[in-house]
Amino acid sequence: MSAEPVLRVSDLAISYRVNGHWLRAVDGVRLSIAAGEIAGLVGESGSGKSTVATGVLRYLPANGRVEPHSQIALAGDDLAARSRRAMRRIWGARIGFVPQDPGAALNPSLPVGEQIAEVLRRHEGLSRRAARDRALEMLRRVHLPDAAGLARRYPHELSGGQQQRVAIAMALSVSPQLLVLDEPTTSLDVTTEAAILDLVREQVSQTRAAALYVTHNLGVVAQLCDRVTVLYAGEVMEDAPVRDLFARPLHPYTIALIRSVPRLGTNKHRAPLPAIPGQPPSLSERPAGCVFEPRCPLAIPICRTKPPLEPSGSGRLVRCHRWQEIAAGEVAPELPTLDVQPAPTSNGDPLLHVERLAKHFPLRRTFDQFLRREPPQTVRAVDGVTLAIPQGHTLGLVGESGSGKTTLARVIIGLEPRTGGSIKLLGEDVSGTVRERAHSSLARLQMVFQNPQDSLNPYMTVGQALRRPLMKLAGLSRAEADAQAIRLLASVNLGPEYARRMPGELSGGEKQRVAIARAFASDPALILADEPVSSLDVSIQAAVLNLLARLQAERGTAYLFISHDLAVVGYLADTIAVMYLGELVETMPAESLLRPPHHPYTEALIAAIPQPDPDRPTAGNRLRGEPPAPGDVPRGCPFHPRCPRKLGPICETDAPPWQQAGSGHWIKCHIPPGDLATMQRQEHD
Amino acid sequence: MGRFLVRRAIFMLGTLVLTTVLVFLLTRVLPGDVARVLLGREASPEAVAAKREELGLNDPLPVQYVTWAVDFVRGDWGETFASPRQEILPLVSERLVNSARLGLLTLAIALPLGILLGVIAGLSEGSLLDGAISIASLSVVSLPEFVTGLFLINTVALKWRDNPIADAVGWFPASSAVRADASFREALPALWLPALAATFVLLAYIVRLVRASVIEEMKKDYVRTAELKGLPARTVIVKHVLRNALIPTVTVIATSSGWLVSGLVVVESVFSYPGLGRLLLTTAIDNRDLPLIQAIVTVTAVIILLANLAADLLYALLNPRIRLG
Repeated sequence: MSAEPVLRVSDLAISYRVNGHWLRAVDGVRLSIAAGEIAGLVGESGSGKSTVATGVLRYLPANGRVEPHSQIALAGDDLAARSRRAMRRIWGARIGFVPQDPGAALNPSLPVGEQIAEVLRRHEGLSRRAARDRALEMLRRVHLPDAAGLARRYPHELSGGQQQRVAIAMALSVSPQLLVLDEPTTSLDVTTEAAILDLVREQVSQTRAAALYVTHNLGVVAQLCDRVTVLYAGEVMEDAPVRDLFARPLHPYTIALIRSVPRLGTNKHRAPLPAIPGQPPSLSERPAGCVFEPRCPLAIPICRTKPPLEPSGSGRLVRCHRWQEIAAGEVAPELPTLDVQPAPTSNGDPLLHVERLAKHFPLRRTFDQFLRREPPQTVRAVDGVTLAIPQGHTLGLVGESGSGKTTLARVIIGLEPRTGGSIKLLGEDVSGTVRERAHSSLARLQMVFQNPQDSLNPYMTVGQALRRPLMKLAGLSRAEADAQAIRLLASVNLGPEYARRMPGELSGGEKQRVAIARAFASDPALILADEPVSSLDVSIQAAVLNLLARLQAERGTAYLFISHDLAVVGYLADTIAVMYLGELVETMPAESLLRPPHHPYTEALIAAIPQPDPDRPTAGNRLRGEPPAPGDVPRGCPFHPRCPRKLGPICETDAPPWQQAGSGHWIKCHIPPGDLATMQRQEHD
Repeated sequence: MGRFLVRRAIFMLGTLVLTTVLVFLLTRVLPGDVARVLLGREASPEAVAAKREELGLNDPLPVQYVTWAVDFVRGDWGETFASPRQEILPLVSERLVNSARLGLLTLAIALPLGILLGVIAGLSEGSLLDGAISIASLSVVSLPEFVTGLFLINTVALKWRDNPIADAVGWFPASSAVRADASFREALPALWLPALAATFVLLAYIVRLVRASVIEEMKKDYVRTAELKGLPARTVIVKHVLRNALIPTVTVIATSSGWLVSGLVVVESVFSYPGLGRLLLTTAIDNRDLPLIQAIVTVTAVIILLANLAADLLYALLNPRIRLG
């Protein structure tokens, strides 16, 4: 293609003023995006990807500046030196922006139709009526049903997926030349994400806009983008067409990043996930040479000098002194090998036995309902869940947000009283809440929360945080507890100096290690882990997953591991349970994840996962609609309104039975497992 | 929305009953026999007993309360104890109108000024201007009302007293005594200075509230969305930021307007302004005029509760998450 690209960025440098000094956050970045092309900008947190995007938009915060030698050209017009006033004519008209969290990015007190219409009035000078009509047209274009009714609604009345469609409609309403998307699917469920990615792909090819897609998710990049720019510590490490990048990455960082993503079918018993040791440098301590050198497995002395960003093939750029050796296959980063033996498979009684557990939350009646004497409704967050976890095993629990998986964990640990059913730990009944349980059962059951930021007391040192459970639950003396705290830190790969640090001094990955160390302090038999890695970057996530696998092998601890990410669950779990609207719909051995039959819901979840492999596109069939509102669970099979394989009226009236699909593999569906397997195999071929 | 309002209204009614019961009990447990106070020291015990019977003071307390409440609702508020004995209802309503005028004028000055200064300070957070506005409004509120009031009388009113033009117009009188039947226009000159003094009390509060709210809203994602839609800066601020920033402000101001009508005791006293607060202080409490105290406090409670209800209503109207929730 010889056509002039829509966006051409060269030598982009951005600095932030921190404590009176200008620190370089982004340096020498170049981008080139043609019409109708989707360019991915990937990197972990702190890589500068958002800074690049806001710099291109010329919307840096007051303490940031684009250095004067940078060039940002939009269809030949230089943006780097424009005033904010001049940019207001370009924003919305020539550049559309799609935000990360649509719930927060839409004005809560304006109807969504007006939020689209005002862009059209501003940039196209349309009348109120014409702008409103065009806004409705835009809502239809992003496939929102009942555009007229929807336009009058407020953001809080829409689901996350609908909000993001509105935001996309808003960004596209004046047919911009450039579309900047900032992690637009990060806050969405995997099935909604797949649908939004379809929409982005469709709209970009229709409008021929150039799109800059910022994300940390390599799977999304592989599925959506035409070319990829990999960013690390504010510099471009590699830039290549998407197929080339995934097939033949040339930079050690790219190689490590792609390897650290768990894929469907990988499992802790086969190989550990290759993590990247260390952490990205902070702004004030960026290395003078190659920025990746301190963490690079292939670093040699020359890497202390800065490598140039040089062409490495047709349409490819790489910044590495050793790319030719890597391309020729002369050197390659080593893959880690399994250094621990998996825990022996247990026999006999299960460690945890949960039977027909239920948790219902009463809904407040409206005044009308009160007058009409309607009975109060309930939300069945958990409705009759039965599961068992053997000693030393991991049960992986997956489901979308609202499926009730977190509530289930909170009831099992005793933070919420149950509505019905029973919980047995080692044969002892622990159905009550934490306050009602015996001291010994508290020590045997521990939890790791999703956000380590909120679960560590910010005013306690790491050592103090670890000492408490050691003294209270394990019954050690103070001196013994302090010594044991150091050993615990060592077991999560943190040095003894961490005992004196405050949580504020730790990175996200380190905090989660401390949270894991604390959970292990009382030597529990079972740890409930609620999305423990979902707030971490992939390279850190891999290290934490490996850590969990190693600790389990060493100590024989069982896990109930909750995640929305099937690939992560598949890596760590021995058994997988899939939850939908408070019920389990399928339980299976982890190795069955890639082998049909599956419950149609599991099938849809698997199909929606964006795989970090451009040659394995996600399946085309998407789930219809959104999960129903809580308290409004459909009769019969709760999944029937969205089920692509619905049999007929029986799905609407009768609760489906559990049917066996293999050893330890059960599916709650009216369709016989054999038929499901046939249908699903045909689809894959 | 409906449910929200019904809940608020029930809540309000409960508060009203509780307040009046408290006031009623308070006036009943105060030392001194009302009948004796009325009849004077020389009255015979028989006359006092007859008076007690006449006033219903021998009835059980709940009966007394219900009798009083029913009479109050029917508009029979009784007469003052102090002589000359006056009908309470006309007296209180006259003073209420005066107080409402003062309160409204204060709001009319303080609201636009406070919101304007608050928005300017919030948008220029951390700048010299922001600091100047915060310091100025805080230092004004740190002075008690009687100081600012006396200051205004001494500097403005007394200084302009000998100015023939000001005198002819009749603006800035040192005393704010107004005729009972004066219209709002006629009363306006007397209202300026007390309203200004009351504004000083309220201003810093509004400024800080608006400022904090604007700063908080400016950090939100939707402001970035609005900016990146290319809307003019003024539209972003007025249509997007203020719409959300003023929601909490409006409700707090509506709540405080109840206080404006009935709580300006000091300002009314300094300026000798015949409002409800001054009536409570000088006439009712000094004379231990129980029926009058009871009536004024009840009226005050009703006004404050109505202001709160208005605030809730306004909040619900402005906030779609509640209106439609």
